Amino acid sequence: MTIAVGIDPTFVDVVRERSGERIHRCFYCQRCTVGCPTAHVMEYKPAQLLRLIQLGQKDRVLDSSAIWMCVACEACGTRCPNQIRLAPVMDVLRIMAVKEKHALEPSVYALHRSFLDSIRLWGRVHELSLIMEHKVRCLLAEPPLFFHGLISDLIMGADLILKGKIAFVPERIKRMGEVKRLYEEAAGAESEGDE
Amino acid sequence: MKYTYYPGCTAGTTSVEFGLSTEAVCEALDIELLELDDWSCCGASSAHSLNHELSLSLPGRNVALAQEAGLDTVIPCPACYQTSLSADIALREDEAWRRKMESMLDFRYTGQGRPRHILDVLSYDLEIEAIQARVTKSLEGLKVASYYGCVLVRPPEKTGWDDAEHPITMDCLVGAIGAEPVDWSYKVDCCGASLTLSKSEVVVTLANKIVEGAIEAGADCIASACGICQINLDTRQAGVEKVPIFYFTELMALAFGLPGVEKWFGKHTVDPRPLLRERGLLT
Repeated sequence: MTIAVGIDPTFVDVVRERSGERIHRCFYCQRCTVGCPTAHVMEYKPAQLLRLIQLGQKDRVLDSSAIWMCVACEACGTRCPNQIRLAPVMDVLRIMAVKEKHALEPSVYALHRSFLDSIRLWGRVHELSLIMEHKVRCLLAEPPLFFHGLISDLIMGADLILKGKIAFVPERIKRMGEVKRLYEEAAGAESEGDE
Repeated sequence: MKYTYYPGCTAGTTSVEFGLSTEAVCEALDIELLELDDWSCCGASSAHSLNHELSLSLPGRNVALAQEAGLDTVIPCPACYQTSLSADIALREDEAWRRKMESMLDFRYTGQGRPRHILDVLSYDLEIEAIQARVTKSLEGLKVASYYGCVLVRPPEKTGWDDAEHPITMDCLVGAIGAEPVDWSYKVDCCGASLTLSKSEVVVTLANKIVEGAIEAGADCIASACGICQINLDTRQAGVEKVPIFYFTELMALAFGLPGVEKWFGKHTVDPRPLLRERGLLT
């Protein structure tokens, strides 16, 4: 039964089940919001997100950029009087948002993708190619993003290169087969959770 | 004392001073670090943001590499430390997951040895007197704001050492090498971490709030225990007054009179050498 567009009464149970966090317990004291370092750039603050989840507002939550602004600093979970950790909740929301093709915060999403691609290629992160891939992904997703902070990034990058803090040549680990196996298994596990 | 060692991806690049000073300080204190053979990236904040299994299996591979030696693993990067802790807990507590990982990577989980942060090891596995005894140049007169950041101390049920809201572990070390720990309010505030590449304006705001907090409390400099915190605070300062951002291990190396220290300082964006010369701590 459809109650209203974008509302899913089972949403709260799904998120609780997948994150292991007892979202029902939130009584809106807002300690999470007050202590959140990135709340000022979220259109829904952490406590509001919990309330929206409780109310089944799935589309609003999964389309929000707020879920991409959480840096998993764990301040909210440490301070919550009901022991709700929002970091694992945010992880579940981001993973659902990607899978169900919701609007993603392009720059943050592009960074995470580029990061995981770097590990898949080298077994370790190679900053220079990671940053280049991030820029290309931004350009493809939303062209103006490519220029966002470009000058300051270039200045900072040049400084780090001059100080010998950025490696030009990536270091590849020996047993790449193991990393490849972990990626294949993880991709399989993700699609199993699809239905 | 002997530990396995997981340097992490940034210990050779953007936080090379952290890697080098960690290794130098351990050597000076007779702590042997055995680097894990063929270690891989832990996935940091990107794996848990996009794929739950990968967030446990990538750091799980490094936990697996540490099993044979059965020693605690020293980790300088708090993000690596945090993901390794989660991976170790999953292997310890979830039998089905443990079996799956063991068959994928052909190892046996013994549960001997745990992931440990370098600050934890230097603070709690050694007597403070052992550190004081190694000091050849006391950092007297240097006011240091100890900055812990986020996932080094949180969530407390995982990290479990010191205090999540008002930690003093690093302050005690800073005091042991003769410097003056400063009381301030931003010890455990987050610097914005990985948003530095995707949402730099957020990091500029957060980093400057932290730096201003340290200046307001009368600190000469900030001591950090994280490569991302250090680079965010070091490179994003927008105010007129700039403060050097040290790794706490660099300060220890300086107090121990270890060679190479000045070379590391040259890699900082806010050059700490003028301050140290002014205080007579560097010639």
